[in-house]
This record gives sequence, C-alpha cells and structure tokens, in this order.
Amino acid sequence: MPVLDDLARPGTDDDAVGGVPARLVAAPGSTEEAAALIAAAQDLTVVIRGAGTKIDWGVPPQALDLIIDTRRLSGVVEHAAGDLITIVRAGTPLAEIALGDQVLALDGPAGSTVGGTVAVNTSGPRRLHYGTVRDLLIGITVVRPDGKVAKSGGKVVKNVAGYDLGKLFTGSYGTLGLITECAFRLHPRPRSLAYVRAKAPAEEAARVREARVAPAAIEIDSASGELAVLVEGTPEGVRERSALLAKLLGGDVADDPPAWWGVDPWPSDGIGMKLSVPLSAVPELAAGGDPVRGSAGTGVLYAAADGITQVERLRAQCVRLGGHAVVLTAPSPVRDILDMWGPVPGLALMRRVKDQFDPGHRFAPGRFVGGI
Amino acid sequence: MSGIEELAIRLRASLGHERVVTDRQELRTYECDGLAHYKVVPALVALPQNTAQVAEVVRACADAGVPFVARGSGTGLSGGALPHADGVLIVTAQMRAIRSISPEDERAVVEPGVINLQVTRAATPHGYYYAPDPSSQQICSIGGNVAENSGGAHCLKYGFTTNHVTGLEVVTPDGAITRLGGRAPDAPGYDLLGAFVGSEGTLGVATEVTVRLTRLPESVRTLLAAFRGTDEAGAATSAIIGAGVVPAAIEMMDALAIEAAEAAVACGYPAGAGAVLIVELDGPSAEVAAQFDEVNRLCEANGAFEIRIAADDAERALFWKGRKSAFAAVGRISPDYIVQDGVIPRTALPEVLRRIDELAAAHGVRVANVFHAGDGNLHPLVLFDDAVEGQAERAEEASGAIIDLCIEYGGSITGEHGVGADKAKYMPRMFTDDDLDTMQLVRCAFDPAGIANPGKIFPTPRLCGERPGRHRGAVEYEGAEVF
Ligand SMILES: Cc1cc2nc3c(=O)[nH]c(=O)nc-3n(C[C@H](O)[C@H](O)[C@H](O)COP(=O)(O)OP(=O)(O)OC[C@H]3O[C@@H](n4cnc5c(N)ncnc54)[C@H](O)[C@@H]3O)c2cc1C
Repeated sequence: MPVLDDLARPGTDDDAVGGVPARLVAAPGSTEEAAALIAAAQDLTVVIRGAGTKIDWGVPPQALDLIIDTRRLSGVVEHAAGDLITIVRAGTPLAEIALGDQVLALDGPAGSTVGGTVAVNTSGPRRLHYGTVRDLLIGITVVRPDGKVAKSGGKVVKNVAGYDLGKLFTGSYGTLGLITECAFRLHPRPRSLAYVRAKAPAEEAARVREARVAPAAIEIDSASGELAVLVEGTPEGVRERSALLAKLLGGDVADDPPAWWGVDPWPSDGIGMKLSVPLSAVPELAAGGDPVRGSAGTGVLYAAADGITQVERLRAQCVRLGGHAVVLTAPSPVRDILDMWGPVPGLALMRRVKDQFDPGHRFAPGRFVGGI
Repeated sequence: MSGIEELAIRLRASLGHERVVTDRQELRTYECDGLAHYKVVPALVALPQNTAQVAEVVRACADAGVPFVARGSGTGLSGGALPHADGVLIVTAQMRAIRSISPEDERAVVEPGVINLQVTRAATPHGYYYAPDPSSQQICSIGGNVAENSGGAHCLKYGFTTNHVTGLEVVTPDGAITRLGGRAPDAPGYDLLGAFVGSEGTLGVATEVTVRLTRLPESVRTLLAAFRGTDEAGAATSAIIGAGVVPAAIEMMDALAIEAAEAAVACGYPAGAGAVLIVELDGPSAEVAAQFDEVNRLCEANGAFEIRIAADDAERALFWKGRKSAFAAVGRISPDYIVQDGVIPRTALPEVLRRIDELAAAHGVRVANVFHAGDGNLHPLVLFDDAVEGQAERAEEASGAIIDLCIEYGGSITGEHGVGADKAKYMPRMFTDDDLDTMQLVRCAFDPAGIANPGKIFPTPRLCGERPGRHRGAVEYEGAEVF
C-alpha cells in the first residue's frame, strides 16, 4: 500500500479522538490523493479531522486506525463574484476565505474548516436570515468509503438535477465518507449593520418577528435576561429599522453585539447541549430555570449542563415541546454513560443509508446516532 | 388472475370501490402529466384519502412487486408523474386538507394534494405566506412541489421548496410510515428530509408536509423595464446583483415571448421592446425605498428606454400577468413547443442567449425566452410545427444542444422542472457514472426493490446490493411515445 506508506505517519497522543488513540494520520493534498488513500485503506477504520475544533463532538469512535487530516485540502478553487458563488476545498479555514464585498454567511468558531462545519452542521445567530449549511451548500465533492469520487449539485444556485447529496453529508459527522470540496452560494456583504440590545424576555422575540423589519438574527441569553437583534442592510434602512426595534423593545442601538453573542455557553471541559424546539415553545424553554442561549428567531438554543440529571430534564422538556436535545460534547466519564443523541425519528432508514455508503462500518464507527 | 387484478381486489377491499380505478377509459385521463407527448396508461389508479390508505396501497405494491408512481396535480414538465404501464398510479387529489396554520410557529401542516396557492391563502389573514411560488401555483400540489423541489420567481431571494419544508411524513417503498424532520429545526441524524425533497417520487410518497410560513413583507415594489435587446437586459441584471441588491425577483422575456404574451393576454408591455425585465423588491419599507431607486438607476444606465413603476396592486398584477402566462401564451404563436429548464451562471446570460439564437437559426426553429434572469434559470421555448415534416426532430435536436450549452457553461440541465422521464438521458452529460451510482445508494436505502417511480431521473438503475460499476440494462418505456 504505497499511498498509505507515503502519506501516513504514526499517530501521537495529540491525535487521540475522545480518548481513543489513532494508529496512523495522513493528510492528502487533493481529491485524487484522498481517493487513492481511502482505496488503499479498505481494511482500516477512519476518522476525518479538520482543524480539530469539534473533534470532541459526538461519541468517541469504536475503533480508530487512520485519521484523515483535511488541512492540506485547502484553498479557494473559484470565486465567481458576479454569480455570487464560491468553490472551496474542505480543509480551508472559514476565517481564511476572502471574498471581498461578499460573504459566506456561516457563523463558525475561529479556525474551523469548511468541511468540519459542513460535517457537524454548526450554525450561529445569522441562521435566521441566511439559513444554515443546507441552505448555502449548492454542490459537494466526496470520496466514498470505497474510494470512489462522487459529486452532486454544481456551481449554480438553482439546480434540481439528481439527488441532493450535499444535504445528506451535512451533519453526517464523517460517517458517510470524506468531503473534499464544497460549492456555496454567497451573499453581498451588508453595507451597514446594527445591534439592538435590550433586557427583555424571550416572548418579545415574537414581537420582533411581527414588526416586519426583517432582522438577520434574534438572540436571547436567559441567564442575563437579554435579547439582542441584528439588523443588516442599507445605512438608511438600518438606522430606521434599528430605531424602531429599540423603541419596541425599550433597548439601545449598538455597533457591537453583547459579549455572549454566538458564544457557546459551556466551559471547554463541560457538557454542551443543542436544543431545538418549535418557535412558540422558546419562551417556555427559556423560562424553564435552566439557562439557555441562542436563536429565538429559529428555535435553536444552546445550554450548559452540569450532569446527567440536567441533560435528561432538558431533553424531556424539549421532546415534550415537540423538539430535540442533543449533547454535542461532554467530558469522558459523562460521555460514556450518556445517550448523546436522544430519540431519533427515522433511525431505521438512516441505518440503511449508512449500510449502503459504508457497508463495513469503517468511517467514524459508533460516533453518530444510534451507534452508526 | 393477473397480478393487477389481484391487487385491485385487495385495494378495493381496503380503500373502497370508488377509490380504485381500472376502467380503461377512465385510466386514460391519467396517461400524461404536463409534458403531454409522453403517454402511458397506468394499469390501476388508486385515490387514497389518508396516510393509512397510501401505506396500504404501497404495501400491496411491494407485496406484489408492482411499481407505483405518485401523482399530485399532474402539472409536472419532465414526465415525472408519467405512469408505469404495469403499475399503480397513486393520486393524492383526495388528500387536500390543510391540517394547521400556526403563525406562532411559522409553520403550516398540509396534506400532499393541497394546492400551493391555498397555503398562502390560508396564511395571509395571519400576516404570513408560503414563499415558493411556481407559475403553476394555482394548480400544482405541495406534494408535487416537494418531489420536484419546485422554484418560482421569488425564489431568487427566498430559496426553493427545499428551504421551506421542515417536516415530512412519508410512506417508504416498503409501505412503512416514517417522519422526517418536523416543526422544530435540526432534527438529529442524517438530513433525509433534504434527500427526499427533489427526489421526484423515487424514494416514496409524501403524505404530510410541514412548511415554513414567511412573514408578509412590509413593502413590495415592482418595475417593468423595457430594453432594445437581451444583451442590455442581461447587463442590467448583472449590474443589479453586482450592486449588492437582492431583489425578490428578476424575470426576463425576449421579443418572441413578449409577442406571445401580448397575443394571449394583452399585457400592454412597452412597444418596440426587444426584452423586458420585471424587477420586484420587497422587505421593510426603509430598505425597499433605498434599493428601488438604485435598481431604477441601474436599468437606465444599462439602456432601458422605458421604465414603468407599478402604482398599485392592479398594475403590479398586470406586469406579472404577461410573465406568468408566457408558457401557455406561446401556444398562440406556435402549434407545438418544447420547454427547456437549463441553468447557467448568471454572468453568462448575454453570451448564452446569443448562442441559443445561433442554434435556433442553425436548426431552422424559433426559440422564445422567458426566464428567471436573477438566478440564470433559462426557459427556452423551442417552437415548432409537428405537422411539418422533420420539424419535431429539429426542435428536439436544438433543445438537446441548448442543454449541452448550459453544461458547457458550468450550469445544470434542470433548475426546477426536474429530470423525470424526459431528461434522464441527459444526466450522464452532467454527472459521471460514479456520481449517479452514489446518488443511487440513497435510492437503494429507501427502495431496494426499485418499485418507486422506476425509470425516472437515472438512465440506468443500480441493482441494489450489487457492487458499483455493473448495471443491468436500461428500462424501456412501454408504450411511451417520444415525439
Ligand atoms: C404552466 C406551468 C407553469 C409551471 N411553472 C413552474 C415554475 O415556475 N416553477 C416550477 O418549479 N415548476 C413549474 N411548473 C412545473 C410543475 O407545476 C411543478 O413541477 C409542480 O411542482 C408539480 O406539481 P404537481 O402536483 O402537478 O405534481 P405532478 O406533476 O403530479 O408530479 C410531479 C412529480 O412529483 C411526484 N409526486 C407527486 N406527489 C407526490 C407525493 N405526494 N409524494 C412523492 N412524490 C410525489 C410525482 O411522482 C412526479 O415525479 C409549471 C408547470 C406548468 C404546467
């Protein structure tokens, strides 16, 4: 297996994933090289790693022979400004994608790669206006666990030819194969923006939505009792809209967001949860006693939990409200006894999808829902 | 007794007599969708009233190894709902209830047969609407929209069906009932909802759809700009987008399309226009006012010789009337036509339109263009007269050449009408065998027996469980008349 020998180095302690040591680490430099590597690694269990900012998310792998490091799969392949699209390699850090007066409207932590962002489907405050990865991803190139390269979608925003594999790979946690390239739709960089900050209960989010000012984000932080709204647009429009909101909420217009804006509410060694509920249930969730933070405009919030009892309480509440509660990250003693994903509708079908793509269950084994 | 006869007995027992059609004459009314030159009479039509009945029909098909095809309103333009001669057509026309409109959740829950416009009608009193607006919105079903991932003029700003469906109840091809997504966002696990939307009925039947409702904009302003030709109109489009403006819609019609629309609905567009643009902006009044002036200026700067601004809803409706009736209107100036649906990068518009002109001339046919300029989704209407020897073939050739042109410019063979039976043959021009094979892994997960709408999308079906690369032969459309 010359490709493996050429590309792989032995894993070190730093390469362990959720406490599971990696035997080998390889960083391919192109889709072709990645395909050759994966074709040569047919007997190995594999975990894919970008910048590693979310490598502790999900369940630790059941086995780990090879880490595929995507950071050499890096760079912007194309930025067609007139068409508002870009094609980037998966290992490119989000922060390094320079697009001039356009933006790839994905909120991600500093350093996280494009591929990692797609694979764990992170989102932030601006999801209210711009949507999430699934709404911005218009094409994808992947290497399947059997080493075959496949793409779907393309580089035009409107396209219904064939199945949308980009959606399937979004949030798949590396269990279906390696993402090597992504095409995204872009948005014009807003000429002006402002934040409206107020002490206000989550109920007020509904009034913001009704005000027809088209906010880009509505965030709450129940611990501080604050509500903040992002308004983007033309200078004249932003001035008028933010003034209207400040009056409505009894708050202030500011150039900067509050310190908690878009920040995970858990410490680096804590239990972090993502809660999603129907919009009308946000006030009840926010008033439930457990501090929550996040998008009151879409019903996706985050919480720190201090232990399993709190996880289960929050999960029971979210499920009762018609939503979901997922543990994104947890320290190892808790993780080992915790159900990180909670109830998963459609699990039987998901297993069938996994079996088709990765019949040997070699890619990120055990990391995903239902032990996938 | 034949398989179908046995199936009919079983279905009559569970659905009731009047919901199972086997009379040849009655079956004929379902022989095609909006693409009328493909015709296949189904062996049986089932008209279920609820999810349980759909599951019953699908289970019966699975047991008997009989293919099934779902059908909503039959307005599809790619032969997606073309029946299978030995199969069951599952028609959702009796599943038309709007189950709930919940402005507080920004969601509506509807049955698959509900007509697109009805959702907006039901939501408007609450200050909301359903954003995806195909031109066929007065007749097409939400189930069909889900299957095709339908678009519309306002999808430029608001996205397509896939961006507005948050939950589905589906009957998978084994007859099981499964929920994908729901009212809350971001359900854990694979985004099978995202895979199902746009799968053209090949992964099962959607029996309930949860859609996002969008707040009605505070302000809507529309202008109609007349240009000497499509080059100028295309340049204006690029200038608007380039200026960072995201209009709700930018639609273009060329001279021939305008001629047709005038003949059909007397929309009274400016005389002498070689192309018109309809540009609509919506949102908060303060934003719309600022951007509208800019759009106006950019149209003028790029050669608009007349700009009309809709003074009220009535005038706005008149602008749109010409555009929305354009497809049907083409029937006034040509006995037959083929609608294409290719997509190109928007910046290539002027160049591609010129090359389409050249192609038309070379093939001796006329091509009318009416399309979503903002997102580069062309709808070239290739006009011909079937009665004239050889014209149909030439039109078909021109149409295929236009598709090649779209691919050459990095675009797509279809932007919203779907692949269906009509464009399956073009898929290998856009995708490799491995690409198509990988898509069919999803198919195999949902439908290993290959009974859900077989023969659509993929030119060569994958035998599930087979190692990639080896295919069995392509299916033939029994009785299908392709020109
Ligand atoms: C005049 C005219 C204008 C049009 N304008 C547009 C436009 O602007 N934008 C656009 O996108 N399209 C447009 N279309 C095409 C068509 O209206 C859309 O594709 C529409 O979504 C089809 O809906 P339908 O209910 O008629 O579906 P059908 O034609 O009945 O079926 C379409 C496909 O959906 C599948 N299907 C139907 N119901 C279900 C279900 N419940 N579950 C699973 N699969 C199902 C069928 O098997 C088939 O593959 C236009 C058509 C016409 C005739």
